Amino acid sequence: MADELRLSREALAAPFVRKVEELSGQNLYACYQCGKCAAGCLFTEAMDALPNQVLRRVQLGDESVLAASAPWACASCLACAVRCPKGVDVARVMEALRLLSLRRGLPHLDPRATAGVPQIALVGAFRKLTP
Amino acid sequence: MSGVENRRQERKSEEAAVARGPQERNFRSRIPYFPGCAMKDQARDYERAAQAALAALGCELVELPRWNCCGTVYSLANDDLMRHVGPVRNLIRVQDMGESRVLTLCAMCYGTLRRSARFVAADPERLSRINAFMSDEHDYRGGVEVLHLLGFLRDVVGYENLASKVVRPLTGVRAAPYYGCTLVRPREVGVDDPDRSEVLERVLSALGAEVAEFPYKVECCGAYLTVGAPAIVAGRVRDIVASAAANGADLIVTSCPLCQFNLEARRPGTGPRLPVVYLGQLLAWALGADACLPPEAEALIQGTTPAAAGAQQR
Repeated sequence: MADELRLSREALAAPFVRKVEELSGQNLYACYQCGKCAAGCLFTEAMDALPNQVLRRVQLGDESVLAASAPWACASCLACAVRCPKGVDVARVMEALRLLSLRRGLPHLDPRATAGVPQIALVGAFRKLTP
Repeated sequence: MSGVENRRQERKSEEAAVARGPQERNFRSRIPYFPGCAMKDQARDYERAAQAALAALGCELVELPRWNCCGTVYSLANDDLMRHVGPVRNLIRVQDMGESRVLTLCAMCYGTLRRSARFVAADPERLSRINAFMSDEHDYRGGVEVLHLLGFLRDVVGYENLASKVVRPLTGVRAAPYYGCTLVRPREVGVDDPDRSEVLERVLSALGAEVAEFPYKVECCGAYLTVGAPAIVAGRVRDIVASAAANGADLIVTSCPLCQFNLEARRPGTGPRLPVVYLGQLLAWALGADACLPPEAEALIQGTTPAAAGAQQR
């Protein structure tokens, strides 16, 4: 997280925010930080920023959120999506953030870490975590 | 009348026949079936058991010809049409059979196929682009309904009808109903309400089992994170299994091969070691099929149910 966040019209209208909106199909500004997604998320132990914090940073155009661990700890289980009182599908926002990294050709899975898992796990992991 | 209309008529009478029960056993209802990768690999036992169970209910699973992988995980991006090609091609296979519904046993397949069907139904332009991409296939026209075994048991077979077919009731067996994610989420796709799910519980009750309610029944096990981040999954699995055990469960019931793998392979070395069985396996046992349960679970049920003890003596 940046120590200092400079808010500006430019930051809020940044292509980064538009891109996340476009990929996720979500109205990011519907989120009013109730924290329900983070409260119900089962993977926060492995996240350096909670789901609601990730969403806030996207709202503010803070592109450093792409380096956060949260999108990679997310298992797309949709617990957040079914609970959001404002109808924001947070899992889709996480997917958008993953894709913005993956589409730059940055895989998030070591192909050598695949021993002893069934193919259903391999197909899922490679589709979610590799470009 | 079109071929599809004909099939619909036939199906109505087949369903009525299934509902009428065993005196019509010579009559078999047929339902198109999408296996997916796990049913031909780690979950072969689930497939075999489900086939036996459905046969006992008078239904035959007709495997789709030339089916392909569903992709396991549904794409959550708006622009990723490519991810829907696989699922839609399977829906075309169903359409080419002159059918309008397809049954899945795997919770992941259910999620991807059903969600892709909805995705293309929502936007004709998406559908026409996907159809254009698969120029060597017939166009998918929409309208194929994707069912999961649980929904099929509830809506086509019926709980009471199912209970009437049980020959080996699971009396005394305390089963923890574990849904995981994709069976109940998202809300508009799930087989049941994610906050108040009951279909698995009612099926287990119909089989004579006691339901061990536990708060983790719709909590994710970590799914595909098991490949790159097994430690995360181990933490989730520890909590899920401990919760089921604390609520008195003898075993955990799932219909997802990925959950099944995680709950057994990623559980801690110490602590409760509940067998994790597929819904189809319990179903087949209760409906009288043999050699359908993992040995550990079979021994447990043999030791618990009076009916099993009686069957032993026969």
